[in-house]
Amino acid sequence: MLEASNLECVRGERSLFAGVSFRLDGGEMLYVQGKNGSGKTSLLRMLCALTPAVSGEIRWRGGPIGKLGEEFRSELCYLGHQNAIKEELTPLENLLSSARLAQEALDEDAALDALALVGLRGREDLACRYLSQGQKRRAALARLVNEKRALWVLDEPYVALDPAAVELVAGLIGTHLQAGGLAVLTTHQAVSVPAAAVRELWLGDSDATQRPQ
Amino acid sequence: MLRAVIGRDLRLAMRRQADIVAAMFFFIIVVSLFPLGVGPEPDQLRRMAPGVLWVAALLATMLSLPRLFADDHRDGTLEQLTLAPQPLGVIVLGKVIAHWLVAGLPLVVLAPVLGIQFDLSSDALLVLTVSLLIGTPALSGIGAIGAALTLGVRGGGVLLSLLVLPLYIPVLIFGAGAVDATLSGLGPQAHLSLLGALALGGVFFAPWPTAAALRVALE
Repeated sequence: MLEASNLECVRGERSLFAGVSFRLDGGEMLYVQGKNGSGKTSLLRMLCALTPAVSGEIRWRGGPIGKLGEEFRSELCYLGHQNAIKEELTPLENLLSSARLAQEALDEDAALDALALVGLRGREDLACRYLSQGQKRRAALARLVNEKRALWVLDEPYVALDPAAVELVAGLIGTHLQAGGLAVLTTHQAVSVPAAAVRELWLGDSDATQRPQ
Repeated sequence: MLRAVIGRDLRLAMRRQADIVAAMFFFIIVVSLFPLGVGPEPDQLRRMAPGVLWVAALLATMLSLPRLFADDHRDGTLEQLTLAPQPLGVIVLGKVIAHWLVAGLPLVVLAPVLGIQFDLSSDALLVLTVSLLIGTPALSGIGAIGAALTLGVRGGGVLLSLLVLPLYIPVLIFGAGAVDATLSGLGPQAHLSLLGALALGGVFFAPWPTAAALRVALE
């Protein structure tokens, strides 16, 4: 479903990676690994068509993502470094407004259930600026609970989360994969996602010591 | 969709009312300084009123422009808006409309009250209000292009003024001109029609270059 061939990324004068190719089918997860600055986030942004690739092509269901445009974006769920939640709004308002912007039907009860699941029960009506870093991340990840879109691109989803929340998110990704979805994620934490066919991709120097055999 | 964006931005603005109130007070104070500085000669005040009110409206609009996209950019929401299934131009249009409701409409409401300080006749006050009502959407639309182009630039606020204020000149000329024409006994219709054309252009064409600039800023 998601195919990348010969991707190259250049930041400033430096080439971060070149010749990156992979293929991902329904139910599979791509685990992008590499040192800091090896271009993991850049690769993820390329997969979302936020950053154009210098060379190479990304195809979704056979069509290049640049051409598919809205058709591709309606199947894509991206969670970046930043939480994309509004500090002035409450977790509930954030969740509802992001669902409305993504044109997904989400009623208030489902949203409250999702927030309870990620451990924000009792905080639904508190402006997000009063939440801790980890709680903000949880508020952002609550989007994944009812997320039906096929391709999840998650940049460091486990950052700032406690072990229980990490397990919860890994479970959500597992459920998504079982339903035939795809996931691409980066993380520096070794977390096993249940029931997942995992592909790994190493970015950066083709240094043999970096690459687990 | 448009409603979702407008609703979201209005709700955010209501949570940060200090911004709206600050821009309104800026408008009130700048306009009120002129009669104090120039002296109470009704003829002179009447002559300068359209220009003063319109320039103050431009400057007050400029105050709120830098934050049009900057907050969304900082917290990552802008990426999500870009990745939404709708064309980015439609989302920008929603943000422009919300910006006008929050930053432009209060100026329209305040203008007739402030115009009284300049001894404007009721006809002139009416035309002033109508010209602002037609012209301020153009300010929001054109301003959005500048706000998107200067997104993420250090010292973007000053650059934004340098970029956008020259583009506001036609709106200023026809806006103030409409009131001038009323004062001098000519009808304001011609000026208002041209102002309307600018506003339509500003609101419905500006979102597309703005969307393109936002995509570049996000790369």
